[in-house]
Amino acid sequence: MSVELGHFSIILAFVLAIAMALLGIGSRSRLLAGSAYVLPVLVVGQFVFSALAFGLLVLAFAEDNFSVRYVAQHSNSLLPAAYKLSATWGGHEGSFLLWVLIMAGWMLAVTLRSAHLPTLFRHTVIGVMALMNVGFLAFLIFTSNPFERNVPFVPADGADLNPLLQDFGLIIHPPMLYVGYVGFSVAFAFAIAALISGRLDTAWARWSRPWTNMAWAFLTVGIALGSWWAYYELGWGGWWFWDPVENASFMPWLAGTALVHSLAATEKRGVFKSWTLLLAIVAFSLSLLGAFIVRSGVLTSVHAFAVDPERGVFILAFLVLVVGGSFTLYGVRAWQLKSRTTFTWFSRDAFILQNNIIFVVALAVVLLGTLLPLGYEGVTGDKLSVGKPYFNLFFVPLMLALSALLVMAPIVNWKRTDANRLRARLRWPCIIAGVVGLAAAITLLDRFDIPRIAAVTAVVLATGITASHLLDLGLKLRQGHRPSLGYLGMFAAHIGFAMSVVGVALTVELSSEKDLAMRPGAEVQQYGRTIRFVGVEEARGPNYVAQAGHFIVHENGRDIVLRPEKRRYLAGGNVMTEAAIDAGFFRDIYISLGEPIEDGGWAVRVHIKPFVRWIWLGALIMALGGGLAILDRRYQRIRTRDAVPAGLAGAA
Amino acid sequence: MNRMSFFVPLAVFLVIALVGFVGFQLGDRAVLPSPLVGKPFPGFNAPRLGQDDVLVDQTVLLGRPLLVNVWATWCPTCKAEHEFLETLKEREGLEIVGIVYKDDPAAAQRWLDLYGDPYSFNLQDRDGRLGVELGVYGAPESFLLDAAGNIVYKRVGDVNERVWAEEIAPRLEQMKVTGS
Amino acid sequence: MILFVLLLLSPVLQSASTVEVHEFSDPALEARYYGLIDELRCPKCQNTNLAGSDAPIAMDLRATVYRLLVEEQQTDAQIREFLVARYGDFVLYDPPFNAGTAALWLLPLLLLLIGIWRMRRFTKNRPTIVLSDEEKARLDAIATRDQR
Repeated sequence: MSVELGHFSIILAFVLAIAMALLGIGSRSRLLAGSAYVLPVLVVGQFVFSALAFGLLVLAFAEDNFSVRYVAQHSNSLLPAAYKLSATWGGHEGSFLLWVLIMAGWMLAVTLRSAHLPTLFRHTVIGVMALMNVGFLAFLIFTSNPFERNVPFVPADGADLNPLLQDFGLIIHPPMLYVGYVGFSVAFAFAIAALISGRLDTAWARWSRPWTNMAWAFLTVGIALGSWWAYYELGWGGWWFWDPVENASFMPWLAGTALVHSLAATEKRGVFKSWTLLLAIVAFSLSLLGAFIVRSGVLTSVHAFAVDPERGVFILAFLVLVVGGSFTLYGVRAWQLKSRTTFTWFSRDAFILQNNIIFVVALAVVLLGTLLPLGYEGVTGDKLSVGKPYFNLFFVPLMLALSALLVMAPIVNWKRTDANRLRARLRWPCIIAGVVGLAAAITLLDRFDIPRIAAVTAVVLATGITASHLLDLGLKLRQGHRPSLGYLGMFAAHIGFAMSVVGVALTVELSSEKDLAMRPGAEVQQYGRTIRFVGVEEARGPNYVAQAGHFIVHENGRDIVLRPEKRRYLAGGNVMTEAAIDAGFFRDIYISLGEPIEDGGWAVRVHIKPFVRWIWLGALIMALGGGLAILDRRYQRIRTRDAVPAGLAGAA
Repeated sequence: MNRMSFFVPLAVFLVIALVGFVGFQLGDRAVLPSPLVGKPFPGFNAPRLGQDDVLVDQTVLLGRPLLVNVWATWCPTCKAEHEFLETLKEREGLEIVGIVYKDDPAAAQRWLDLYGDPYSFNLQDRDGRLGVELGVYGAPESFLLDAAGNIVYKRVGDVNERVWAEEIAPRLEQMKVTGS
Repeated sequence: MILFVLLLLSPVLQSASTVEVHEFSDPALEARYYGLIDELRCPKCQNTNLAGSDAPIAMDLRATVYRLLVEEQQTDAQIREFLVARYGDFVLYDPPFNAGTAALWLLPLLLLLIGIWRMRRFTKNRPTIVLSDEEKARLDAIATRDQR
């Protein structure tokens, strides 16, 4: 019964979304304007019904209700309770229900926190978002219904959740990622509303900035979690593979990062107006493109959902309507925007523009690398792979250039920067970076090739970024300025970026891996550490049996016990390698157990990964920066100030 | 700036959407086209099944069109296609040569005794090196060879009635016409 | 969105006869081995390099790379060529440059150039704005509208 209620709930949410789309966008017409005041009620209703549906699906998992096909496919009575919860979004249908719920959540948040916006504009924003959710809900109901029953035969037990997904990282990774993806719909809706209404001043930029920052922060965390998960769960020590599905989440992030910056320039200086609009549309379009890539199965990926062309066609059609429509609207309207301002090369405006150029080129690289193989196959019939060597060829110089700009980021002013000031303020960061660079060069340049030089350069620039930002903060504090939360957000995001850059550079260059054949009791010397293989024991988990290796790594007078496992899951019989990791701030020791070999020995893979934590830690600090920026008082003040729309209401 | 330039994003997007659409027109995502099609069957020296000390080379494949079928007893799809291979031999008179891929010869012999033997003879590839030469990445795979020993067509997965009718039979027909 | 379903391939079908541990006399050779299996793609797997795959074919190809590298002392380019001749360009994560793939490198470069070129527009010292006739007409229209 509750299953049918869930199904009914999403249908109700769908109906409400249609009503909101009509009322919201139609509120510009005299006919519907009078009824638009009910929109907030409908928004709440849509959220309640989406949440109810989601709750009921969770309940079906909790109760092991295998009469529901989706539950039977993704759960098992032996599955631990926490994974039964996360199994709710462990497959295509349920994860899309989560997507819809998050969309409804964003709409609720926008409704609650947009009292300061002109009424008509606010209604249009909700209407645009509702229109998106009409598409999502239609997709859910017509192609991916999670509440479908298994009739007439109800299986005695479920097929089990893929063991790879039975993991803490995977409980929180998808929700974070979806909040980010879907969150870009807010900036998108503001941009579209601005285009529809012809309110093409910079107000929309100010209004959408906190929302964009928030979505960006969540997406950053989501991507970092995915990378971290791949690192410890896939068993070969990789943390990024340029896989189509990874790229699908990275592309909106690149566009979103550019957007976060250009929004700042548009709001503060009124420059790049049409460009910022375009980026807002692009960021969300890439979220949709990502959904297409992941859920259509046209690209071969390690992480793909079960392939279903029907779903792919649906998303593609939706994509063409939404994105094609938006870009057409953009083409028709955006030319009216002109910025006649100029600035010098060393100005914050110019730096933001350069930042945008770099991110857009990076985006083009990822987009081409992901989609060109598809077009190539369509034309020639041959298959092509695009991977690390190609992406690195572009990303290394692009990110180094970006880092070089970032060193100067806190120093440059809007419009122009005094050359003497620039020189004076760069002196200390340059000296510090030079000293650190020299030290890095001495330790790292045992091999003199391009990757090494790039790594040293990265360390130097990251040091420069940190030094110049700290110096700027110090100056502000000494002069008695209390830095705003917006400033601190920028500070954290940039420091986090520098940290990730160091992490990537040093992990890539200094990691070592070795496959060893070891018998129980054997001891090997590797990388200045002694690794002793005690033996392999049988172990039992709640829903698996395992062979657990027992290793003792002797490092700097300290013994570290590591127990990598080879698990066999009872329900599906899947064999999984569970690596054992000793995580450290400066290095990870990573051991995975391979196959048994002759004479009772085992193949063992040992990785040493210096600074690998810095990659994700840096990402978290970046996201923290996004979070700080949202809390800036400016945005709180806008609310009270704009509540009396001074001259704004008239323009609408 | 030219007004039309504001439609550039739309144009770029339409190209991307077109590529996405092309994606649906493509064949099985798991099948890899082989660069060996159109080239001579690679040279080898392999023992025949049941005669470990007799090494044969690629010349045994010359002189008539035939199907080289890479199979193993550990491969479930091979079992599934086995019956059809026998049909092919009986009904169409197509010669089939087997390559026992990464398998125990005794097990392979038992399998043939048990399920019947559509092969005129089998080659052994115990360590999979011949498989690598052939670009094999899983069993079963089949290669259609013309009389000159060139690979005309490669099938990844089971050979069945549809594959025969659509891919193999027309090519055999073609060979008769050109007389090669 | 990264809901990672489906990865590890068939549970090991054969006995693990391949001892995966290769001995190297020379660390440079070892580095080249790991470099190669890192940037060659497993033909059977969804999207994994040779280094990261448990599939039997990945093991075979790792052994092949080892054999070509250590026993036959081939260069990296020769080894890549060997695999491409048998499995196609698909096995290379670094695609070859040809008419069909040129866009991979040229488009980003073109975009970069356009970006830099467009930037000059902003940074030029106040350009004298030359209005086209159409723009002049529009400006007039705006001016008259504002007067009303």
